[in-house]
Order: sequence, then structure tokens, then C-alpha cells
Amino acid sequence: MSDIVEKTLTALPGLFLQNQAGGGPAAAKAPFSSRLGGLVRSITALTSKHEEEKLIQQELSSLKATVSAPTTTLKMMKECMVRLMYCEMLGYDASFGYIHAIKLAQQGNLLEKRVGYLAVSLFLHESHELLLLLVNTVVKDLQSTNLIEVCMALTIVSQIFPREMIPAVLPLIEDKLQHSKEIIRRKAVLALYKFHLIAPNQVQHIHVKFRKALCDRDVGVMAASLHIYFRMIKENSSGYKDLTGSFVTILKQVVGGKLPVDFNYHSVPAPWLQIQLLRILGLLGKDDQRTSELMYDVLDESLRRAELNHNVTYAILFECVHTVYSIYPKSELLEKAAKCIGKFVLSPKINLKYLGLKALTYVIQQDPTLALQHQMTIIECLDHPDPIIKRETLELLYRITNTQNVTVIVQKMLDYLHQSKEEYIIVNLVGKIAELAEKYAPDNAWFIQTMNAVFSVGGDVIHPDIPNNFLRLLAEGFDDEAEDQQLRLYAVQSYLTLLDVENVFYPQRFLQVMSWVLGEYSYLLDKEMTEEVITKLYRLLMSDSISSETKAWLIAAVTKLTPQAHSSNIVEKLIQEFTVSLDTCMRQHAFELKHLHENMELMKSLLPVDKSCEDMMVDASLSFLDGFVAEGLSQGAAPYKPHHQRQEEKLSQEKGLNFEPYGLSFSSSGFTGRQSPAGISLGSDVSGNSADTGLKETSSLKLEGIKKLWGKEGYLPKKENKTGDETEAPVPQETTIMENVDQAVTKKDQSQVLTQTKEEKEKQLLASSLFVGLGSESSVNLITEQPECCLSITEAENTKIFQYSVQMEKPFMQGNLCGFVNYQTVDTLSAQLEFSVNLSLLDFIRPLKISTEDFGKLWLTFANDVKQNVKMSDSQAALPSTLETLEQKLRLHVVDIIGNEGLLACQLLPSTPCLVHCRVYADILALWFRSSCSTLPDYLLYQCQKVIEGS
Amino acid sequence: MIQAILVFNNHGKPRLVRFYQRFPEEIQQQIVRETFHLVLKRDDNICNFLEGGSLIGGSDYKLIYRHYATLYFVFCVDSSESELGILDLIQVFVETLDKCFENVCELDLIFHMDKVHYILQEVVMGGMVLETNMNEIVAQIEAQNRLEKAEGGLSAAPARAVSAVKNINLPEIPRNINIGDLNIKVPNLSQFV
Repeated sequence: MSDIVEKTLTALPGLFLQNQAGGGPAAAKAPFSSRLGGLVRSITALTSKHEEEKLIQQELSSLKATVSAPTTTLKMMKECMVRLMYCEMLGYDASFGYIHAIKLAQQGNLLEKRVGYLAVSLFLHESHELLLLLVNTVVKDLQSTNLIEVCMALTIVSQIFPREMIPAVLPLIEDKLQHSKEIIRRKAVLALYKFHLIAPNQVQHIHVKFRKALCDRDVGVMAASLHIYFRMIKENSSGYKDLTGSFVTILKQVVGGKLPVDFNYHSVPAPWLQIQLLRILGLLGKDDQRTSELMYDVLDESLRRAELNHNVTYAILFECVHTVYSIYPKSELLEKAAKCIGKFVLSPKINLKYLGLKALTYVIQQDPTLALQHQMTIIECLDHPDPIIKRETLELLYRITNTQNVTVIVQKMLDYLHQSKEEYIIVNLVGKIAELAEKYAPDNAWFIQTMNAVFSVGGDVIHPDIPNNFLRLLAEGFDDEAEDQQLRLYAVQSYLTLLDVENVFYPQRFLQVMSWVLGEYSYLLDKEMTEEVITKLYRLLMSDSISSETKAWLIAAVTKLTPQAHSSNIVEKLIQEFTVSLDTCMRQHAFELKHLHENMELMKSLLPVDKSCEDMMVDASLSFLDGFVAEGLSQGAAPYKPHHQRQEEKLSQEKGLNFEPYGLSFSSSGFTGRQSPAGISLGSDVSGNSADTGLKETSSLKLEGIKKLWGKEGYLPKKENKTGDETEAPVPQETTIMENVDQAVTKKDQSQVLTQTKEEKEKQLLASSLFVGLGSESSVNLITEQPECCLSITEAENTKIFQYSVQMEKPFMQGNLCGFVNYQTVDTLSAQLEFSVNLSLLDFIRPLKISTEDFGKLWLTFANDVKQNVKMSDSQAALPSTLETLEQKLRLHVVDIIGNEGLLACQLLPSTPCLVHCRVYADILALWFRSSCSTLPDYLLYQCQKVIEGS
Repeated sequence: MIQAILVFNNHGKPRLVRFYQRFPEEIQQQIVRETFHLVLKRDDNICNFLEGGSLIGGSDYKLIYRHYATLYFVFCVDSSESELGILDLIQVFVETLDKCFENVCELDLIFHMDKVHYILQEVVMGGMVLETNMNEIVAQIEAQNRLEKAEGGLSAAPARAVSAVKNINLPEIPRNINIGDLNIKVPNLSQFV
């Protein structure tokens, strides 16, 4: 063969020479053009894969030199690209040429560009980094006036553009929907469909334009838009019911032959369009009588018209049947459709038979009698030489399985399974058999044997749910305890028999199932048998073909059986064997067994017989170790830090670049900032007294010694306070608790002085996150301050309001706010009115309304945590009601309840958050507090304890 | 959606490989090989549908193929495509090739790999069926060809050379993609009632 090819191909240069006469300057490159021919010729001449590889490597290295040479013209490049594509198709790496393909698409003339684009679309994929370099070219070409350039750009966009690049081209492609050329509109619609597939959100706004495309005067554009509608209706059929009429009309026109003859394919009008429309109708009419009624006529007509005898009419017929059975049923149509299915099933053409079976599988649940009608055909198909037909038949049988026919059908499936080597077929079929066996098993023996077959054939590719479900089924049993015991006993016996067979290797999964069952249920055998079972397990353990995972299962089974056995020779042997094993895991197990073995009583209580379904009480908080921990701490051990905290600390030590925008740290989490609490402070807001507005002023935090010159509103000018050196920062209204001290001042002018506690404070939103924890160290006792305030003279019977805000900067349990008001009545009698208010921590706690997600984020940012188990007084109390109590009494916000865990959040005003995680075990509530403030969790815990234990 | 379109000859040599879904290079080659072995095992008189191997996503995907003389055309599609529809789409594609190359044969596919891709691009775009109307496809291709001619004489030369080669008798490289089949278009089906 190669000789001849060679001969013919050597003629090529001659042919080129003839053409070179008129070729002009390009003629010099002629030999270059023949290179692909040369390459193909040489490859054809080769006999071995190895030679081919050598040749292509040579070719690639010469191509590499050519493409990177500066003298290579675009025209030569174009030729090189074709050869590179050829090499890539054969499976060789030509990645050095990718960048040149992009260049060619960028710089070439139309023809070169076309090759460039083609190469790019073959070489690159949507997440290839080089694709970025193409965006500009594509954008440019989309704006081109040349149709072919636009087409090329649209094609490349729909082929490899990833979702991130869509915004760059989306508006341009949207515009193309109005293009005067149909081909452009059609490609634009498909490109938008592709966008809809990979990023539906980005094209949501152009759904109106899709409707326009559906009504396009060009059939091709309309057909293209059906792709989109099919998809969208599949996702949400209720949103497009109004279009049913349009689709029906279109289909009617198509079926009625209203389209130009041009659209006929073998005298069938636009078959692909019909198929698409029928599928859409099927989706729209599903479970919807009114919509379905609209389409009965056209479906009837489709069924009637599709009597022609071409392959593609069967395609339409098949879709028709499918649709008839999908929508709200109409008996006439169903009858006709059933007849059609008959045609398919009985057809001698295998393709049609296959589709007939597929249709039967689909409709069988609605109309089982159809299966009866065709039962002989179905049985024939079971022995069909084509495995695909067989598979489809089994699929059909799977759908009609019931308690009566299960044994036969499962047997057929197992037969098929034994012949099959395809992994995914095995996985699929084994799953079905297991499902049928669980559902319809006629008796124990059959069930166990079928499952044995499943496990031995399915091997280790089997879906892990199957063994798990099987074991759960065995353990949980059915309603009848005696029956369950029999099933278990049968399983144990059958496994023992299987293990007796010499020289048979069972899949690891199967052995695991066996070892679990033997470990749990060998007690159902005679007492004397236990040793025998252990011996068998031991023999397996010593076998080379057992994976270490299975060994763990086996040793677990032995451990379970040990307390039941009379003598323990084998167990001791096993312990000896494995305590020196090189496998650390096995050694661990062996040591556990050894220690338990020495204390039989403990072992018996630890491994009770037949208790696998009973839950064990686990103290997850490990409270029994408290003494140990306390001892360790008292001896100077460092307190335990949770993993994330350690990591955080590690991170904070590594001074890396901060990529987070600063503003986010407080805006996202839903409160205005975190403040390092330091004592109680007082913000002032005096209404009705203009003279004192100057009170608001900047202050410096002693701690950091930083002047606060810039606030939210910009530069904060420093002003002297009337009363002296006291400084104060404005407190945002919304985060401040307003202690309204309402004073009705009778008659006269002077009001006076509230005694207040005061410490320097600042609204240091940003800094607080950096200095969490530092602030509390400078804890300062309550200092009395004396903000004075004069209220103007008040008319009789009038009210003046004087407001001060009190803010807790450092958590405390109880506090007292006291003050007095001096006033003079008209008759100049001076009087003093004293007042005092008791404040507790709870007065400053507010619910923090955040989402579970935010909770998760915040949780990790807080370093101070406190854990405590609280015994609930009422053991019946469920978690939700406990949380409700906490919500009511402590004003905590219940963020979420997940199973036996609850999330709560609150904040100490103005903005010190505290998060609580609680978990219930029996009557124990494990509370876990976290906050940015170090002392807040302790105080809150105390309050919680009081509430829970008191309730 | 169409996941991939593969064309290979009776010996499993790839002649056209077009993936619409991303697979790593090695997997692509493996898919071509595996598909070839799957298809090769099958007689001509059993059905043209196959379940995709585990590589292409298992039972949700189908391989729909046609065998023309020396070439297998395999479309790998998901469950949203009509099997028979795709089967005829392959026919449309091959017929279009036949029109564009005037009696297409395996050699055309080798020497005009790029052109075959351009034709395919007019039929299937990004995995979606763009056009099934053969005249329309041919018209698009011809529009592009006119451009090529306008570009100047030389680029047309290799094409002429190849067609010269084609006319020389090549006993061992099978020449035609059995156009007899093409013209009758699945004759067996038409007899059936």
C-alpha cells in the first residue's frame, strides 16, 4: 500500500510546479504547502506505533522551529496550524503552537483567521489561560462588517467561552439578534443558548428577545430559539404555558407542509423541527389537562401523517408517542400511540426495536397491559445477540417487577451481569438487583443468595450504599423479630459455607459485609460454633489477598466475638501476631483487643450482644476528663486552644498583605463595628439645649494614644468643653441605648447635674478589630463624672426632656446609675431631686439578627471562647423550647436550629457581638460562647445558667 | 447536546475529532480508542445506538454511529437528543461532505481536515445542532469558498493536486465512502411498514 501512496504523492510537487507560473510571489512557499501531504504520506508508510511517534516528534520539533521563527509569514503559519491540528488529533502535544493559533486569529486575513479560530477551538478549552488573549479579537470581529468574520466569532464564542468572559461579548451578541442576515441571527441565538446553559443569570434580561427570535420570519432562527425554550421549559414549565398556542401553531404549519420545500428531508417537512416541537409540547402538557387539550389535534395529525416509511418519520413518531404518554392522557391518542409502539417493537429493524423497547419502558408504568401484549417480543429480545437490546429489555423488566416475577427477572439480570465486563453496566445493574431484592424478596434464602451474588459479581465497584443498606436492613429488621433472627441466622450460615470453599476469592466489600454479619450475629449459632467462626476469621486475616481496610473489619468482628468464646487460644495467637504488625492501624486494633481481653467484664459491657441498633450515649464534651484537665492546668500546662484559634494566631503573626477591603469588615456582618469595652460611659444627647451641643467632641483613647481627628463625617474639630477636660465622642443614635431621664421641671430655670460614671471612650470601629482583647486589660473602675446641663426656664405645666445615653464599655453584672437634679421654683426655693437606676448586663444585651452564614464567618473571627455543660432541670425540654426561653429571657436571637444543635447571637450595645452554640445530649445542654470581648462570654454564661437551671 | 463527534477509519485511525465538552488530552485519545473498540465489535446488522462507555458519562450518554465503507462516524450525545434524529443528522453531514468534495473519500478527510471542520461548524455549533438543511449548509460553505478563490490561485492548488491524486487508482486505501449507500439513504428502513 505504502508504495502506491508514495508514488502518487511524489507527483504532488510536480503538480505544484505547474501552478506556480501564475502564482507570483507566493510561489516560493509552494513546497511548504505540500508538507501536510508529506506528513500524511510518511505516516501512512509506517507500520508501528513507535515509528509514528518518532516521526511526529520530528515533525513537531521542525514545526516548533518554524512557528517561532520571525521570518515565518502568516501564510506559512496557516499551513503549520493545519499540521499541528493533525498532530493533536493523533494525540500528540502541540501546546507550543497554541499562542501562534491565537496570533493567527488576531492578525491574519480572513482565511488565515479562519484557520486560527479553528485551531484555537480545537486546541483550547474554556478554562485555558491563553483564552484571555482572544477576547479582544473576538470583540473586534463581532463588530466587523464582514459576515464571515462575525460568524467565526460567534462560533468560537459558543464553543469555548467560559462564563467569566460572557459579559465582554454579551451586548454585541444581543445586538446580533437584530442582524439583517438570518445566519447571523441563528448563530447569535445559539450562542446565547450556550450562555444560558453555562450562566443562566447573565442572560435573564434577554428573555424577551428570545420571544422575538421565536417569532422570527426565518425558520432557522425560530428553530434555533427552540433549543432555548426546550431548556427553559424543562427547568420550569409553568412559566411558559402561554406559549403552548404558538408552539402548536408552528407544529401545525410544519406538519401541514406550509414550510418551503427546501426544508423537506426525504419529503418529510423539517423533521428535526418537528421533533423539537413535540418534545416541548410533551413538557408543557405534563400533568396539565388544559394545556394538553390544546395539543390533542396536532398530535393526532402528526401520528396520522407520519405513515410514510422513512427512518426520520419514525423519529417523529417516536417523539409523538413519547409526548402522548407524557401529557394529560386522552384515550383515543393513547390507543393510536400504543399501536405505534407495536410497530416499533415488532419491527425487524433493530434500531426501531430498540426504540420500541425504550418507548415501552417509558409507558409501562401507565399501561402495564402493553407489556402483556408484547410479552413474547420482550422475551425474544432477552436473548437478542445485541447486548444493547438486552440491556434495554432488562430496563423494561426492571420497571414491571413485582413480588411474583422478581425471581425470574433477577435471574435474567444476573445472567446478563455474568457476561458483562463494562464497569458502569455492572454498577448500574447491581444497584437495580439489590433494590429489587430488598423490595420484593419472596423469602430469606433467596434474598441472602441474591445479595451474595450481587456482592460477588459487583465486586469492589459496587456502590457503597448497597452494602450499607443491606447491613442496615439486617440490623434493623422488619416487624417480626423471629423472622429477623432467621434471616440473620441464614446469612451467618451462608457466609460460613462460602468461607469453607477453598481457593475462592471474594471481593473486599463482600468480605467486609461477611465480617460484620459474623461479628454481630454468630451468637445465633450454637455456643460451640463461636470458636470456629473466630478461626475462620483468623484464617482470612492471615491471607495475603485481604486489604488492610478489610482486616480492620475482620479484627473488629473477632473483637466482638471474643467475649462469647469459651477458649481464647486463637485470639491470643492473633494478638501475638498483630501486636507486632507493621501496619500501625492493625497494631492499634490488636492492642485494644489485648487490653480488653484482659478485662472480660469491661469487654462484655462494651460489646453487648445484638445491640448494634441501640444508640450509645456519648459525652462529646469529654466532661469526664475535666479533672485531668484541671490537674494539668494546675501544674502549669497551657490551656487548650482550638485548632482555628491556633491558626488565627499563626496567621496574625505572619504579616501578610491584606487583600480584604477595609470597609467590609463591619458592613458585611450587620453591625457597625466592634468596640473594645472599657467601663461604662455616657454619651449625651441634649434636646432643648443648644448651648451644650458642643459637648460632642473628639477624644483620644488613652490606650493607643491616638488622636481621633477623623470621624464618619470627616474631620472632627476639637472643641473645648464648657465643663472642662472631659471628652466624649458622638454615639450613633441607633446603636445607643437611650436612658431617658425625663424630668418635669416645675417652674424655674436651673436644672442640674447628673452624676455619671465616665471613662474615656471612642468609637474606634476599625482599630477595635486590631486590638481586640487589649482594651479590657486597661479595665478601669467606674469613675464618676459630672456632666452638667442647664435647662432653660420652663413654663408651667410644660415638659422638658433631658437625655443621656449610658453605654457599657466593659461588661459587668450589676451597676448603679444615680444622679440628682437641682431646680428652683418661682419662689426661688432650691430643691434637689435624687434618683438612681440599677442596671444589669441584660439591660444592654440585644438580639443580633444575622444569618447562619454570617454566624459561621463571625464564629471563626472570635478568639474568646467559653464552654460549659449545663444540666437542664426539665429533662423533657426540647432544644427549641430551651432556645425560646433564652430568647425571651436574655434577648438572644435564635439564628438557626440544626438537629440537636442551636445557634444564638446577641450583642452588647453598642456593638460587641457574642455568639452561642448549643448542643443537647439527653438532659445536658452544652453551651459554647464566643465573642470579641474576653469577659462577655463568662457573664452571659452565668445568665444562661441562671435561666436554664431556674426554669 | 452533542458531546463529541468522532470519525475514524476501520483501523481506528482518527480522521476527525471534535469535542464539545472539555476532556483532558489523554482522555480524549482514550475515548477515541474505546469508542472504536466498542463500535468495531458490532455487526452491521445490529442497532446503531450504544451506551457511552464509563469515560463519556455512562448511561445518560449514547453513542450513535454509522459505518460508511472505511469510515465510522460516531456522535456522542446526551439523553436530550433524539436517537433517530441524530442518525439522520450523520447522514446529512456525510451527504454534505459528499457534495462539497464531489464524491468524498477518506483521503479528503485527511488532506482537508480544516475544511471538514468548517463544514461541521455549519452543522453543529458548540454541541448544538445548528442546521439540518443540506442546501443551506452547502450555500454557507460555498460562500466561504468564494472567498478562498478571491484570495488567489495558489491556495487552491493543493486541492487540485489532491483531486488529481484521488483519480489515480489506489487499490488499498479504500477510495469512496460508499456513495451507493449515501444515495439510497438507509434503504432497509423504507421497506418497512
